[in-house]
Amino acid sequence: MNLRAAWIAYRTIVIREVLRFARIWVQTIVPPAVTTALYFVIFGHLIGSQLDDMQGYAYVDYIVPGLIMMSVITQSYANVVSSFFGTKYHRNIEEMLTSPMSSVVIVAGFVTGGVARGMAVGGVVSLVAYAFAEPRIAHPGVALGIALLTAVVFALGGLINAIYAKTFDDISIVPTFVLTPLTYLGGVFYTIDLLPDFWQQVSLVNPILYMINAFRYGLLGVTDIRLGLAFLITLLFALALFLIAVRMIQKGVGIKH
Amino acid sequence: MSDALRVEGLTKSYGNGVDALKGVDLVVAEADFFALLGPNGAGKSTLIGIVSSLVNKTAGRVAVFGEDLDRNPRAARAAIGLVPQEFNFNIWEPVEEIVINQAGYFGIPRGQAKVEARKHLTALGLWEKRRDQASTLSGGMKRRLMIARALVHKPKLLILDEPTAGVDIEIRQSMWHFLRELNEHYGTTVILTTHYLEEAENLCRRIAIIDHGTIIENTSMRSLLGRLNRETFVLYLREPLETLPKVADMEIRQQDETTLEVDLVAGQSLSRLFDALNQAGLEVISLRNKRNRLEELFMRLVKEGNAALGQGRIAGDPEVV
Repeated sequence: MNLRAAWIAYRTIVIREVLRFARIWVQTIVPPAVTTALYFVIFGHLIGSQLDDMQGYAYVDYIVPGLIMMSVITQSYANVVSSFFGTKYHRNIEEMLTSPMSSVVIVAGFVTGGVARGMAVGGVVSLVAYAFAEPRIAHPGVALGIALLTAVVFALGGLINAIYAKTFDDISIVPTFVLTPLTYLGGVFYTIDLLPDFWQQVSLVNPILYMINAFRYGLLGVTDIRLGLAFLITLLFALALFLIAVRMIQKGVGIKH
Repeated sequence: MSDALRVEGLTKSYGNGVDALKGVDLVVAEADFFALLGPNGAGKSTLIGIVSSLVNKTAGRVAVFGEDLDRNPRAARAAIGLVPQEFNFNIWEPVEEIVINQAGYFGIPRGQAKVEARKHLTALGLWEKRRDQASTLSGGMKRRLMIARALVHKPKLLILDEPTAGVDIEIRQSMWHFLRELNEHYGTTVILTTHYLEEAENLCRRIAIIDHGTIIENTSMRSLLGRLNRETFVLYLREPLETLPKVADMEIRQQDETTLEVDLVAGQSLSRLFDALNQAGLEVISLRNKRNRLEELFMRLVKEGNAALGQGRIAGDPEVV
């Protein structure tokens, strides 16, 4: 398969993936927008109005980057884990495995689909957010770069989860018991400066803290961590997960007998 | 003519200790129409799965049109079109989209894929259904959709794993016609597994029988059928029979008042039988072979294989659907 053929194959998967989540937009795009609106009403206005500013911003403005990133993380993960597992479960994956497509193209196609959904939902959530908070984008390149990289990391995470999953339960365990706690404890709603020293150190082990803070820097210009470190960690995660996913597809882990 | 498929020493052992294939050697010539038969669990689907990259082999070598599956898997896969036993397309997608996407996976540009999709969907009577969700198709239409999808990249080797299972006789006949055309006019090599032995007898020129992971027979259909030295015919008479006629060297049995069964061994003439029946004043209005000839041989070969392995089946016969 030459480069042009590989590009056509990649584009086919991406279009299929985007059409898939676009067809069911009521399930994929609307719920995060509703949830975010509720967060802003309850945490931003009702509770947030009783709180002091955080790192120089009103609380409702401070939580905007975290809530957008939370959507990007959960949606990019959810898209790939459900799509790839469904493809595997219904055996459509055989269409790809019998074709001359390389594992790299398969991984890239699914991940791009996940990134597309993560960014699409992130965009919708941003629009909802700015109905409640003041629109600010201090460093657009940083915001876009870290959002894209983060979406790639979690789309890859979703893919690896789906490769291992044998039942539908297996694809909900990681999001429920790992992803959600790490995201909530990753500085969506607070700065780690508010935590005691010990918990500040514990928080620094959470990679999502770096992603959310880098994005907060992109929008508000404030952060708890070093920006370069945040990009480096996210990039390393993306690279490592990509190599693992490609190797797993190549070996047929979870998809071949 | 080159080999479309060459399999050497292919073995597959599953994690549960089952040896599905035990050193299978198989060669299918280019442009052949090849039947791969065997009882359930014999290893047919495992063999097809390995050839089409859906199952990892334990050992051995597979080459498709000279391209080694280990050394040049993409070239090998590009030459194969697979129609699997079970429906494996996305039932929520429109029919045309399924075929076009498959072309995309093979690197075919969308414009060309649309042309190919139209050609095959039309040939298989599905063009009118192109915008319908695949879930709404009947069983026979779904089978035809899988054939259209398998052909969209113009494979040189088409592998069909029980393509007519559950399909009514009219559609089955039209699928036979389509596959025969494909093989004879376009030179596509076809490998067919089926439980309908008359299908294999009608379509295929060569045949391999696999049982317990081993090829127990691999020959031409003509040569195999030539080995059948005894056939049973059923004759239907116009009038009720009063006395059972006798014909030298032939065993005639009466089934009911207007039905006879006759065993003929190789070399015996049906004409001699008809002459004798005419002389007895009996008019035959129709006759049929009691059992499909290939089915008879298949059962005998598999039974012999089982006996050799000391693995008699519960009913004494292989499972043939």
